Amino acid sequence: MLSPGEIIYQALFYLFAGAAVLAGLRMILTRNPVYSALFLVLAFVNVALLWVQMGAEFLGIILVLVYVGAVMVLFLFVVMMLDINLATLRQGVTRYAPLGLVVAGLIIAEIVWAVWGHFLGVGNTPQTAASALSNTRELGTEIYTHYLYAFEVAAAILVLGIVAAIALTLRWRPATKHQNPGQQMRVKADERRIRLVDLKAGKKGEES
Amino acid sequence: MEAILLVILLGPLVASAIVLLGQNQLSRKVVHSLAIAAVFVSFCLSIYVLYLSIWGGLGVHEEIVYTWGVGGPFTFSIGFLIDRLSALMMCIVTFVSFAVHVYTIGYMDDDSGYKRFFGYIALFTFSMLLLVMANNFMQLFMGWEMVGLVSYLLIGFWYQRDSATFASLKAFVVNRVGDFGFIVGIAGVLFFAGTLNYLDVFAQAPAIANQGLWVTAHQYVSAPTLISILLFVGAMGKSAQIPLHTWLPGSMEGPTPISALIHAATMVTAGIFMVARCSPLFSLSPTAMSFVLIVGATGAFFMGLIGIVQTDIKQVVAYSTISQLGYMTAALGAGAFAGGIFHLMTHATFKALLFLGAGSVIIAMHHEQDMRKMGGLARYMPITYITFLIGGLALSAFPGFAGFFSKDAIIDAVGMSATPGATYAYWCVLLGALVTTIYTFRMIFLTFHGKPRMDEHTKSHLKESPWVVTFPLILLAIPSAVLGGIAVKWLAFGDFFGSSIVNRAGDAPLSLMSEEFHGAWQMFVHGFSTWPFFLFVIGFVLCWVFYIWKPHWPAILQSKLRPAWFALDHKLFWDDLEVGVVMEGSRRLGSALWRWVDDGLIDAVAVNGTARAIGLGSRVIRHIQSGYLYHYAFVMVIGLAVMVGWLIWR
Amino acid sequence: MIGLYHYLGLGGVIFAIAMAGIFINRKNMVLLLMCIELMLLAVNINFVAFSRFSGNIDGQVFVFFILTVAAAEAAVGLAILVVLFRNRRSINVEEINRLKG
Repeated sequence: MLSPGEIIYQALFYLFAGAAVLAGLRMILTRNPVYSALFLVLAFVNVALLWVQMGAEFLGIILVLVYVGAVMVLFLFVVMMLDINLATLRQGVTRYAPLGLVVAGLIIAEIVWAVWGHFLGVGNTPQTAASALSNTRELGTEIYTHYLYAFEVAAAILVLGIVAAIALTLRWRPATKHQNPGQQMRVKADERRIRLVDLKAGKKGEES
Repeated sequence: MEAILLVILLGPLVASAIVLLGQNQLSRKVVHSLAIAAVFVSFCLSIYVLYLSIWGGLGVHEEIVYTWGVGGPFTFSIGFLIDRLSALMMCIVTFVSFAVHVYTIGYMDDDSGYKRFFGYIALFTFSMLLLVMANNFMQLFMGWEMVGLVSYLLIGFWYQRDSATFASLKAFVVNRVGDFGFIVGIAGVLFFAGTLNYLDVFAQAPAIANQGLWVTAHQYVSAPTLISILLFVGAMGKSAQIPLHTWLPGSMEGPTPISALIHAATMVTAGIFMVARCSPLFSLSPTAMSFVLIVGATGAFFMGLIGIVQTDIKQVVAYSTISQLGYMTAALGAGAFAGGIFHLMTHATFKALLFLGAGSVIIAMHHEQDMRKMGGLARYMPITYITFLIGGLALSAFPGFAGFFSKDAIIDAVGMSATPGATYAYWCVLLGALVTTIYTFRMIFLTFHGKPRMDEHTKSHLKESPWVVTFPLILLAIPSAVLGGIAVKWLAFGDFFGSSIVNRAGDAPLSLMSEEFHGAWQMFVHGFSTWPFFLFVIGFVLCWVFYIWKPHWPAILQSKLRPAWFALDHKLFWDDLEVGVVMEGSRRLGSALWRWVDDGLIDAVAVNGTARAIGLGSRVIRHIQSGYLYHYAFVMVIGLAVMVGWLIWR
Repeated sequence: MIGLYHYLGLGGVIFAIAMAGIFINRKNMVLLLMCIELMLLAVNINFVAFSRFSGNIDGQVFVFFILTVAAAEAAVGLAILVVLFRNRRSINVEEINRLKG
């Protein structure tokens, strides 16, 4: 018999996981990209709850704050800003659906196979963290010691992302000169590269 | 000693460098004074060196100046090997060169390339001295190639003429053929002896004799035979032996002083000198000696025959040169190395004399070289005539003149030689004596006797050449007359060269003959009762009949013996074969290779074909790259699935 | 008892959904980007689960970095999208076929 705590735990897992899967499905199937974005938010929130349930509180919060709060809002903003013609976007949806289902099925089969066969020697029971620290503190200790360099690189990547986004969305200047690779590739060398010249003897310094 | 040798060698080089680099700044007078002074100093010092090596007890003197290359076990150095052989050659080279330098002042007077010419001949003197004084094969080869280069430059001296540029190219290319054999021979020396130094190589000669190569599975060639024949191929090119002789008549396109200096007296004798220098190797191989003998004797006779029908005065002398080189080569092949060198020396003087005399005639005739348009010149040019006659008598071996002693020695030596093929060679060189007389006196009679056949304008300007031209003639006429009688005792029959020349045991005809030699006077007297003299008389009479008494007979004879005359006039077709088949064939082959292999196969198929194949392949593959983002995304995703699958089921 | 398999299974299902989404919504570029986000989420679930079940915090550090990079990627991707739309008045992937040599 399961203890009540475990029953609640299982019930919550299935609730959140089911909600995440359903939200994902709805996201890819809805016609309206705004709805899609909102369903993606739902999926993210559910997964964040799952993470919190697993003890990864910091990441769960981050996921909600950063993703739902920033990235997904960005998505929504873009979707709404752009005047998207939904009708044409929905044409021929089912054309590649069979292929997509096959590939998706293949991936699932592969993952199942991989997980059943050998999952990297990790046990099936949750391990409590070795230290008594809180999850956030533990994570912070790791990041600011072992992963400090990677952390700084990540910061640089974010800066790069900002710069790239700004540079890309700056206005196009028609006067800018740029090369045309296609035209360069089409240049053909002259077919006859050897020219025989008949040099007459005795004409010093003159070309014949 | 080293200082003296360096001055001898480098003097002409420095003069040449100054002259060639300062052509535009220096006056003609400075140029020729400088060149002549340098050569004269070299000449005087060479005489001194010869004196030292004969009476000064110099012996075999080796001097290494510096080492310019060390590769593994091999060391290449610049050095001098001075023995009587090289000292004698140095004297001959510098003497003839000096005479030619003086002569050039007169001959090239009206030529715009006056200074350039002096630069070249001084450079030539340096190159030839480098060749002669070398103490190793590598330096010999350097000198060998440099004289070839200068020869090329001088044959094509009048580069405005197509015929001259053609002749210079021909000389260069034909010499390349010989030089190929030569450098392979040097490689053979390095391979078998492990060194290129003369003395070291010759000291190892007995050891080399025991080695050899299996050329094919059944054909064994002993090392001396291989090396000697390959080296001799080089000598064939340089010394214009059959079949590589064709460049020498062509080289007459160059100015006459050059014909005298390079293509008669010195450069062409480099091959003779080289064979004599390598006598310790050659004498180890009867096969090679026989080869040398037969090639030389054949050239001596047949090239003389061609000389009989030539009408250009320089061409006659040129074929005479090939023929005389044949004599020298035959002497070498017969084992009479000293005889060959002796003839080389006498030939250098009288052939230079003949060429310079011919040049003097050409000046007087306003650069007309056809003997049919000459005649009766003796009256106008007495000095030229007398000196030319002396040269002619020396060439045709009239007893007493220089050529007599050397040529008789060669004929007898070939007759007594034990080398295989000596009988054939003996007949060739003996009949060659008759041929020599005929072409020599035909030339003298046509040029200096009989009725004048030139036009009135030329005739009115006929006069003796200036003293700068006649002085060298006299200078060369003296040794042409007396040198043979003086030197025969030591050079031919004495042990003059000592250890420098080595004969095979049992095949030293000169030492056999020296037992019967009782001085130059006896040889001179005896000379009137030998076959060569009878042949001389026959030849002389024939020429007198044909060209003085009955001048219309040659034309009749020519029509009667049309095929023979035709063959001789076409130089026994060898030239036509070389130019028409070998040269034209190579050009056609090259042209075909260019058009079909290079343009057709390499360019079209290999280079452009590769590009085109890639282009065609790309045209097909290009459709994969549709430009649609989702296609790429699909490929990525499917690729991921496949990769994961492969990782799992691996 | 909820074990590792459950989480891995959830990750796999979400990943497969995202992949199917790429195939189904191949024309809409915004949705393609969203699907990629979903895929990253699936991967992150696995990371967190492994971290949890092996008692090792490193997996969560990795998730942290993935989130960082994904944020940057989303920013750049959306910027490209905006530029694209500005130039072509459409984000229809089918019309964007200039991506070839």
